[in-house]
Amino acid sequence: MGSFIWQRIVGSIPVLFLVVTLVFFAFQLIPGDPARMLLGPEATQETVDRMRQELGLDKPVLVQYVNYLQRLVQGDLGKSIFTRRTVVVEMAAPFVNTFYLAIAAIIAATIPGIVLGTIAAVKQGTLWDHLASVFALLGISIPVFWLALLMMYLFSVQLKWLPSTGNQTAAHYIMPTITLATFSLAFIARMTRSSLLEVIRQDYVRTARAKGLPERVVVGYHALRNALVPVLIVVGLRFGYMLGGAVVAEQVFAWPGLGRLLISAVNQRDIPLIQGILLLFAGSFVVVNMIVDLFYGFLDPQIRYR
Amino acid sequence: MDSSTPRSVTVSGAAVAPDACAARRRKVGTIGFFFRHHRLAAAGGLIVALFVLAGALAPVVSPFDPDQNDVQATLALPNAKHWLGTDHLGRDLLSRVIYGGRMSLYISFVAVGVGGAIGIAMGTLAGFYRRLDAPLMRLNEVLLAFPGIVVALTAIAILGRGLENLIAAIAIVQIPQYARLAHGLTLAIRDRVYVEAAVAIGAADRRILGRYILPNTIAPMIVQTTLLIPGAIMTAATMSFLGLGVTPPTAEWGAMLQNSLQWSVLAPHIMIVPGLALMLVVLGFNLFGDGLRDVLDPRLRQHASARGANVGQ
Repeated sequence: MGSFIWQRIVGSIPVLFLVVTLVFFAFQLIPGDPARMLLGPEATQETVDRMRQELGLDKPVLVQYVNYLQRLVQGDLGKSIFTRRTVVVEMAAPFVNTFYLAIAAIIAATIPGIVLGTIAAVKQGTLWDHLASVFALLGISIPVFWLALLMMYLFSVQLKWLPSTGNQTAAHYIMPTITLATFSLAFIARMTRSSLLEVIRQDYVRTARAKGLPERVVVGYHALRNALVPVLIVVGLRFGYMLGGAVVAEQVFAWPGLGRLLISAVNQRDIPLIQGILLLFAGSFVVVNMIVDLFYGFLDPQIRYR
Repeated sequence: MDSSTPRSVTVSGAAVAPDACAARRRKVGTIGFFFRHHRLAAAGGLIVALFVLAGALAPVVSPFDPDQNDVQATLALPNAKHWLGTDHLGRDLLSRVIYGGRMSLYISFVAVGVGGAIGIAMGTLAGFYRRLDAPLMRLNEVLLAFPGIVVALTAIAILGRGLENLIAAIAIVQIPQYARLAHGLTLAIRDRVYVEAAVAIGAADRRILGRYILPNTIAPMIVQTTLLIPGAIMTAATMSFLGLGVTPPTAEWGAMLQNSLQWSVLAPHIMIVPGLALMLVVLGFNLFGDGLRDVLDPRLRQHASARGANVGQ
C-alpha cells in the first residue's frame, strides 16, 4: 500500500507539469502587448518599455517560461493586474468559500443519488424505478442556471423564504448547494442504478440469496458494497469538478468563490489571476483524484497489484 | 442502425431459419421498429427534429422579426397575437425562441463538428502510433482536468469575445471527449485479425486507418455525438448567460435569460420560456442518444456513462 501511494504521488507530477506548461503557453497566444493592454493606449512608449522590463516581457519566451517555473516552485503566482495584490492572497478566501460549497453539494448529491439509484435498481421495472429514472433524466437535462433563476424567483422573490445572494448564514447555502448538486445527484443516481443492476446478476449475490440471507443484507451488504466502487470514483470526479465548476451557482447567487473570481478575471483579462485560478483548479482536481485512487485501491485490492 | 444488424443475425442465426432471419433483419433496421421499441427515444428524436426544422426555417415560421419592438405591447403575457408573450422591449418571445434555437443549434453543430474532427484525429493517431500515444493522451488528460465551462471561459479569455470565438471555445471542450473514445476504440480495433491481415499484405498506414479502423468507429462516434451536442448547447447557453458568449440584442436562450429575473414579477414567462426550450432540446437529444446507443452500440454504455463527467454542467 505504501508504494502504491508513493507511485500515485510521483505519477501525478508529469500531469501537473504539463498543466503548468499549457497554462503558460496558452496565454502567450493572446494577440497584442500585455504591457500596452495594462497601461492603456495613452501611455508613452517609454512607460510601456519600462513595464515590459518590469514584467520580464522583454526576454525571450523560453526564459520567461523558466522564470515562471522558478517563481511557481517558490509559491509565487504573480500579482493581479487590477488589485496589485498577490494572486495567492486573492484566491485564499474564495477557495475556502468554494470548498465549503462543494462539500455541501457533494453530500447533497451523493446520499440522495445513491438512495434513488438503489431504489430504482431494487425495484427495477416498477413505478418507483420509472419515477427515479425520469427524475434523473430531468436532473441531467435541466440547465443549472435556469434552475437557479427559478429557485430564486420562487423562494426569494415570491415567498421571501431564502436570501438570494451572499454566504453569511446556513440559509444562504440552500439554493447554491441545490444548483451545484442537481446534475451530480442525477448522474450518481443513474450510475448507482446501472452498477447495482450489473452486480445483482453476479453469482455471489445469488449465493447470498441461496443461503437464506434477508434481502436487506443481500442488497445492503453484498451487492451495494461492490456496486458502489465505480460510483465512488464518479463522486470523487464530480467533487473535483465542483471545486472548479461552481461558476454558475456562484455567479447567480453572488457566492464569493473561485468561480465568480474566475469570471471577473476573464472579464478584466487579468491574466496572472486567471492562470493562478486554473493552476489551483488543476491542482485540487489532481489531489482529489489521487485520494479517490487511494480509496479505490483500499476498497479493491486488485488495483493495488496491477 | 445498420451496424447492429449483422450482430443480431449472428446471435439469432444459429437457431432461426435464414429467411426468418432476413425478415428480422429488415424489421430491426427500419425506422418503424425503432419507433415502436424505443418510444422515449423516438419522442426525443421528434423533439430534436422539431427544433432543427424550426431553426432551419426560422425566417419562414417565426411570426415576427425577432428584433422588432412592439412598443404597444411590452411585457405582454401570452395572447392571441403573441403566442408566448413579449419581452421588456416588446419583442415577440416565440420568434426569439425560434431564432435562439437556430443560434444554439448552429453553434453546437459547428463546434461539435470541428472539435470532433480534431479529437477523432488526435485519438486515432494516438491509438495507432505507439510513439504518439503518451504525448497526445497526456495533453488530453490536462484538458480533462478542467470542467468544460472552465475550459470555455479560458478560451474566451485568450481569444476574446465574439461568435466565432465562442464556437472555437465550445469546440475545444469537445476535443478530449472524442479523443478519449477514438483512442480506446482504435486500441481495440488495431489488434483485430483483419487489421493484422492488412498489415501483412503491406497496406499503407493511410489505407489501414481510413479503410479498416475509422469505419469501425463510426457507430459509437454517432452515439457520442448525439450525447455531446446537448452538452455543447448547454455550455454555449451558459456562456451567453454569463455574458461571455452571444451578446444581446441577438436572440439566444442564455442571453435572453440573463436579465430575465428583473422582469419576473410582472412577466414570469420571459424567464420560463427560453429555459424551457433549452431544457426540452437537451432532453430530446439525451433521450434520442440513449435510445440510439441501445440500438447502435450496447458496448458503449460504459464509455458513455462516464461522459457527463465534465460536459455541460
